[in-house]
Parts: sequence; structure tokens; C-alpha cells
Amino acid sequence: MPYEQNLVLFEAFKYERSWTLEGYRQFGGYQAWEKILREQTPREKIIDEVKASGLRGRGGAAFPTGVKWSFMPRSSPVQKYVVCNSDESEPGTAHDREILRFNPHSIIEGMAIGGYAMTATVGYNYIRGEFLAEPIPRFEAALAEAYAAGLLGKNILGSGVDFDLHTFIGAGAYICGEETALLESLEGKPGKPRFKPPFPANFGLFGKPTTINNTQSFASVPSIMRKGAAWFAGLGPVNSGGTVIFSVSGHVERPGNFELPMGIPFKDLMDLVGGVWKGRKLKAVIPGGSSCMVVPAEIMWNTNMDYDSLKKAGSSFGTGAVIVMDETTCMVRALERLARFYMSESCGQCTPCREGTGWLDRMLKRIIAGEGRSEDLGLLLDVANRIEGHTICALGDAAAWPVQSFLKHFRPEFQYMIEHKGRSIMEGATHLDGRPAVAA
Amino acid sequence: MSAKLSEHVREEIDHWVAKFPPDRKRSAVISALHAVQHENRGYLTTDLMDAVAEYLDLPNILVYEVASFYSMFETKPVGRHHISVCTNISCMLRGSQEVVEYVEKKLGIKTGTSTPDGRIYLKREEECLAACCGAPMMMVDHVYHENLTPQSIDKILDELT
Repeated sequence: MPYEQNLVLFEAFKYERSWTLEGYRQFGGYQAWEKILREQTPREKIIDEVKASGLRGRGGAAFPTGVKWSFMPRSSPVQKYVVCNSDESEPGTAHDREILRFNPHSIIEGMAIGGYAMTATVGYNYIRGEFLAEPIPRFEAALAEAYAAGLLGKNILGSGVDFDLHTFIGAGAYICGEETALLESLEGKPGKPRFKPPFPANFGLFGKPTTINNTQSFASVPSIMRKGAAWFAGLGPVNSGGTVIFSVSGHVERPGNFELPMGIPFKDLMDLVGGVWKGRKLKAVIPGGSSCMVVPAEIMWNTNMDYDSLKKAGSSFGTGAVIVMDETTCMVRALERLARFYMSESCGQCTPCREGTGWLDRMLKRIIAGEGRSEDLGLLLDVANRIEGHTICALGDAAAWPVQSFLKHFRPEFQYMIEHKGRSIMEGATHLDGRPAVAA
Repeated sequence: MSAKLSEHVREEIDHWVAKFPPDRKRSAVISALHAVQHENRGYLTTDLMDAVAEYLDLPNILVYEVASFYSMFETKPVGRHHISVCTNISCMLRGSQEVVEYVEKKLGIKTGTSTPDGRIYLKREEECLAACCGAPMMMVDHVYHENLTPQSIDKILDELT
């Protein structure tokens, strides 16, 4: 502390009308793209630069972006595609919306550079349908500006390079954030994940080689090309270059999005948001979006916010969505909310997930309704374990992990509610000074 | 005989079809349904879905399965203004249950139903709407309203015609 904030993606915040082409030009916008077109930079060199930057996928899986790019069969003459995943919908995550609204040109430039490097001449940005009123028009306006300035299209700036970019609008389905479900959706089908292999780099959109990256990953690329891989790598710890945007939500004084170096201590992040709200104590944190394991306060206070530290704490970095729960939170009700979500968003093609998420939801509702049975906790775990690892995509795991981790750390709360016919352990509980502990 | 698509909707669909290879018109299904639903004041009918299928040269079932899979499509008549109160984890922690109860009481309807005058549909929203740092929030006809209070909810709802 203090940390330098907004060094890459939120640099835009410093400039007036940063979402326009003129605004974007104020902080080096399209310099990297124009230089590549002018110099016909070898594609290999761009991919090596992205690899050296340490940029890792920010959608949750953290796969090295440059390595992903290198999987594309560049010399093959078939049509190739790049796709941006702006289907931001991991509960707790609210930062891609900010990039779409305030720095849309960085996504366009990043996709154009990626398309060039991978010899993909067509790109799609898949944006969730709920963003229809503001983020989508911002992105579409930026796209129109880029075309009008000759930065996209055929034979761009006389370079002989072609790149066409289109917006695609989703229609409400969490599962479409999974990359192969997203491709199905782009093809006009229900978003049901595909078996892998084959991976999209071989068999992607319309069966053609395709690379899908997260919004934040693409938007980071222009800065990497402009300021260099070493600069970007130096912003974060070894093997995970750059900044990260934390979406801090829940029981804190000042929720918000913060672009910071990866690896800052959790307690410093909490200082930035003004601490736990209402002077209360911390109970638990889900540190990377709802699909990550919950971590109790005492572990969290001693954890740094990076891939390795959060893994050591028994969770994962995920999307950088930090969901904070204070001492009054009823963990049974919190888990029920998550279970309901996964049940409702399961695409239904794998039996363990389709049926299992329904079981989890019904059992938790039954416990809350005062009809829980002593064997329910064992059954909850049993069902979660039977979903985990037995489905085509990671939604099944994402449904299982909250159940496993809530029960691991907060089992007495569940037991208490079953024994007391639906009464939460938090009801009637008081702070040390006698104030009621349950939120009003 | 399916319903006829308006010229505006056909233009909109053509715009989306043009983004994809010529033999991939199916990719325009989702956007076509958005356009049709919007023009039909907030919901789809079988006739309209059939018309989309016919226009895109697809079997009807391929349009139905998309309409029923994605949560933004309504396949039964609902009110013309759509309200989704986000109740996912981050909003729940900051009082979304109270927001739901307040809106239900004010409108006199339960979540998942519409007002009898067809003015407002209170949708059951399961997804997180990605505005977690402005919780509690709700979406009204695609517009996000964050950091809700009873006063701000009153103002938003009273302005819907």
C-alpha cells in the first residue's frame, strides 16, 4: 500500500470519452495495430511477445494466452476465427462490462492483432444479451468508428491484411460463457458444451479453427504490444503477468472494480473497499466468483490475491470476483442461492449435472423449510461428489465445489438448522456488545 | 400458415445473416427472435417463431429449441415492460430479497407474473446480471438500475407507462 491502480484496462478512466476513437487515441490507441500493419510484423513474433508477457486467460481458467494462440494451425489455408467471450456472467463478476463501456476499442484492437497473429480474418465478439442497453451500443459504435477509420475490413490501410469483426448478442444463458457452448450459440443453437477433444483450435466455429479469449485477455493485448512484454510481465508475479481487475461485492463499505497488481494481500484489498461494512467482522469470502470454494475469514486474512496463494488457501483465483460475507451471513441460505443458480443454468445434457443440481437445490430448500433430515448432509456431499468430474463441462464442478466447501467449513450451521427445524444459527445470535447479529 | 414478418424485422434479420457465411443463416436465429419479440411487445408466439423458421429456411423445431433454451425469450404472453430483480449471491447479500418483496407489494403481483393491465412483467431472474458492485440492482427493459432504494424503485416503476 498504496498501489498504483488502473495501469492497463482502466487506464481509459483518465480520459474524456475514452470509449470513442478520439478518446482511445489519447492513450496510444491503435498504435500497435498500425505498426503491425506497416511493418508486417512476423506473426510468430507477436505470439512470442504475448507468451513472454505472462498474460493468462482472465475468464477463470487462467490458461496462458500466447500458448493458446500458438495452437492455431496458422499455415492452413482454411477459414479461421477469433472469438471474444463477453458473456460475462459468473456471479460476483462485473468488470468486463466496464471494459465494454469505457474501453471498447481495446477489445477491437486486441482482436485484430490476435486475428492477424493467428491468420484468422473474421472475428466475433459474443456479448451477453442483458447488456443490450448500454455496453452493446458502446461496442457497436466503436466498431463502426474503427471501420470508418479504415482500421478493419479488407486490405486494411493498404497492408493487404483483412480482418472483419462482428458483434453477436446472446439471449441469457450462463452456460454460454463456456467456450464450446458459446460456439454452439454462435451457430444458432442452444448453448450445450461440446466434448473436448477436438479443441476449438482444430474444430471450432462452423468446424473451423477458432480461438476464444476472454474480454480482458483481448483488451490487454494492445498495451502489451505497445509497451512490451517485459513491462506487462513486471506488473504481476512470476508466470502471471499484468494487472487484474477485482470485482469486490457483498458486505463491504465501498464495493467496486479495482485494477491492481496481481498478488496483493487480501487485507490491502479490503482496506481499499473500506473494510467489512457496518463495522462488522468478516465471516467468509468466495474469492473468485461463485464457482470457487468458499474460504473462512481466518484463512482469508492471511492470503494474497494470486493464483498460487488462493490455491493454497483451498480455493482459486477464478475471475477475480471477490464476494465478501460478514459475520451475520446465514451460510445455508447463501448456499441455497448458489445451488438454485446452478440448477437453473445447467444445460441439461449430462445426467449427473441435470439431476444432481436439482437434488442439491431441493435438499437445501427442504432444510430451510424446516424439513431437513439428519442424513441430508451426507446426501448433499454424496450428490456433489457424484457430479464433480462426471460432466462434459466445468459447470458440474462449479455446482459441486460450493456445496463441498460450505459443508467443510460451516457444517455446524447446517446441522443446527436441521436440528432446529429451519431456524438459522444466526437468528438470536448477538455481537459481543449485545447487538443482534442477523442483518435487519 | 405462419405470421408475416414486418419489413423492419426482415431487414434486421438480413443484417445479422450478413455477418455469417452464406450457408450459416441459422446463426441469425437468436437475433431474429430478439427482433420479433421486441416488435411483439415482449413475447414470442408459435406463429412468429414459425415465420422466423420459414424466413431462415429452418425446421420449426430448431427455432423452438432456441426460444425455450435462452432465458431472455418469453414463449407465453407477458406484460410489455420486463423487470428482472437480480437475486444472485452478491445482490442477495445486499438486500435483494427486500427489493423483490417491495416490488411485488407495490405492483401487487408475484415474481413470474404480469400485472392484469399487461403493463409490467416481473420476471424470475436466475442469472447474475454482472453489476455486482452496484448491488442491489434490477434491469428494466434492458436498462440497469443499481444501488436500489425504495425511493429509487418508486421512481423507476412510476415512470413506466
